[in-house]
Amino acid sequence: MANVFSLENVTKVYKNDGKEFTALKGINLDIEEGSIFGIIGMSGAGKSTLVRTLNRLEDVSSGSVRFYDQDLSDLSPSELRKIRRQIAMIFQSFNLLGQRTVLSNVMQPLKIAGIRGKEAKNKALEMLEVVGLADKKKQFPSRLSGGQRQRVAIARALASDPKVLLCDEATSALDPKMTGEILDLLREINRTRKLTIVIITHEMSVIEKICDKVAIIDDGNLAEMGDVKEIFRSPKSAAAKKLVFPSNPYDPSRPDSRLIRIAFDGLAASRPFIAELVEKTGQKVNILSANTKSVGGIGYGQMVLELPGSKEDQDVIIDFFAGNGLSISEVER
Amino acid sequence: MTDYIVETIRTGIFETLEMTLFSSFFAYLFGLPLGVLLYATSKGRIMENRPLNFVIGLIVNIGRSLPFLILLVLLIPFTRFVTGSSIGTTASIVPLTVGAIPIVARLVESSLSEVQPGIIEAAVSMGASPLYVILHFVIPEATPSLLLGGAINIATILGYSAMAGVIGGGGLGAIALQYGYYRYQKDVLWTTVAILVIMVMVIQGVGNRIAAKVRK
Repeated sequence: MANVFSLENVTKVYKNDGKEFTALKGINLDIEEGSIFGIIGMSGAGKSTLVRTLNRLEDVSSGSVRFYDQDLSDLSPSELRKIRRQIAMIFQSFNLLGQRTVLSNVMQPLKIAGIRGKEAKNKALEMLEVVGLADKKKQFPSRLSGGQRQRVAIARALASDPKVLLCDEATSALDPKMTGEILDLLREINRTRKLTIVIITHEMSVIEKICDKVAIIDDGNLAEMGDVKEIFRSPKSAAAKKLVFPSNPYDPSRPDSRLIRIAFDGLAASRPFIAELVEKTGQKVNILSANTKSVGGIGYGQMVLELPGSKEDQDVIIDFFAGNGLSISEVER
Repeated sequence: MTDYIVETIRTGIFETLEMTLFSSFFAYLFGLPLGVLLYATSKGRIMENRPLNFVIGLIVNIGRSLPFLILLVLLIPFTRFVTGSSIGTTASIVPLTVGAIPIVARLVESSLSEVQPGIIEAAVSMGASPLYVILHFVIPEATPSLLLGGAINIATILGYSAMAGVIGGGGLGAIALQYGYYRYQKDVLWTTVAILVIMVMVIQGVGNRIAAKVRK
């Protein structure tokens, strides 16, 4: 598969009143055609800057961003405008024209591309059908709910038949139910239209729900990148662990005890292995946190366990879990 | 009040309306593009150009800080050059227009600045050129605010037109001055003032209603 985007050593430095701020520090990553690629990080980590280098809303300070075989920084303003028609974008605040009807909003990218009249109108109506809002074509955005507004924004983004859709915190202003609906819609569009999607978010749940691959951005660095399932099972960087681990486990019974996190996928989730641990080894653990979630449609679970004090007991327990194919990581406090 | 005065006031109303409407039209003809330029070239905007913005800003600020009465006098040679005379209703339109252009420009700039930056970012991400963004995204989005600004501008020009009476302009201002002030005809003075107040209220009211109706 070809790469839609290839980033090589992308660095972005902002200069403000003589002070320098480095938002991106040498990012390397490839985004494969047809994938849903997640970029996650805390606010201020640089992920919004990163996504804006993909359509050159932000120029890079050094390094290169390639869209297919085209280095974006080589483009003249008019060439860049043509390329941008292939790179659609949706936003946290929707950014619809409040003074225009839904239909007129969806027609905007077509008009920019020089398509007018009936052809533009029919195309826009077709896109509104895709997002299920054809009946709202004459409404103004102020009369729609947040979820509906984002659907209109998606219809607008799709109207110019882009190669890729950039989503900048597209669900962050929505409630969980609407978030779920928008994510389902994005996945459907990805599958039916073979559209590559890049999702920027600060919520691990969004990544888990629809992304194939994820890049974790921490303080301008690419902390970790890989398959979402793999990173969920065994996160390596501190930033990844922070995102994947439960945010508020109970305090352990002793302040100095050793905590581990075990993660298991769909298969192991159906086995009562804590009971098996007790039966087979006689060891007991204290469960501080446990949950299961769907990652890319497959059930995953994780637990944070407090281990007994003696080193030998701890080894027995860890050997038992490792022998059963669970992934184990230490939880630092 | 004599029939003569009533007739004079009636003529004065039409002269005031004539001055206000023509001056407003010409003030927007020049002030609207100037305001767009002020907006678009300012820092962080889509056609950022600090030197150009500085020069336009300076001219606009000088124009706005000159008291209108001084401007009236300063512009007499220019007015005579344009209209062939420096007194009368038509002649007043020149200084009124010149005086209103900077105010129009600033109000237009402030209306455009209210447009959410995200909308501009969305337009740019769609591949729109800077001019396209301004014409098809920024100005349509700012329309309700521009209309409100329009009402304020027209009311201001109406007020200024009364001042033009001092140097021989026509309209209600001249009547108030000549009959009300110089001849101590208080009834004429208060009548013209009342008519001016009503005219301003009507303009502002109509402006507000149109803006509210247009705002979606």
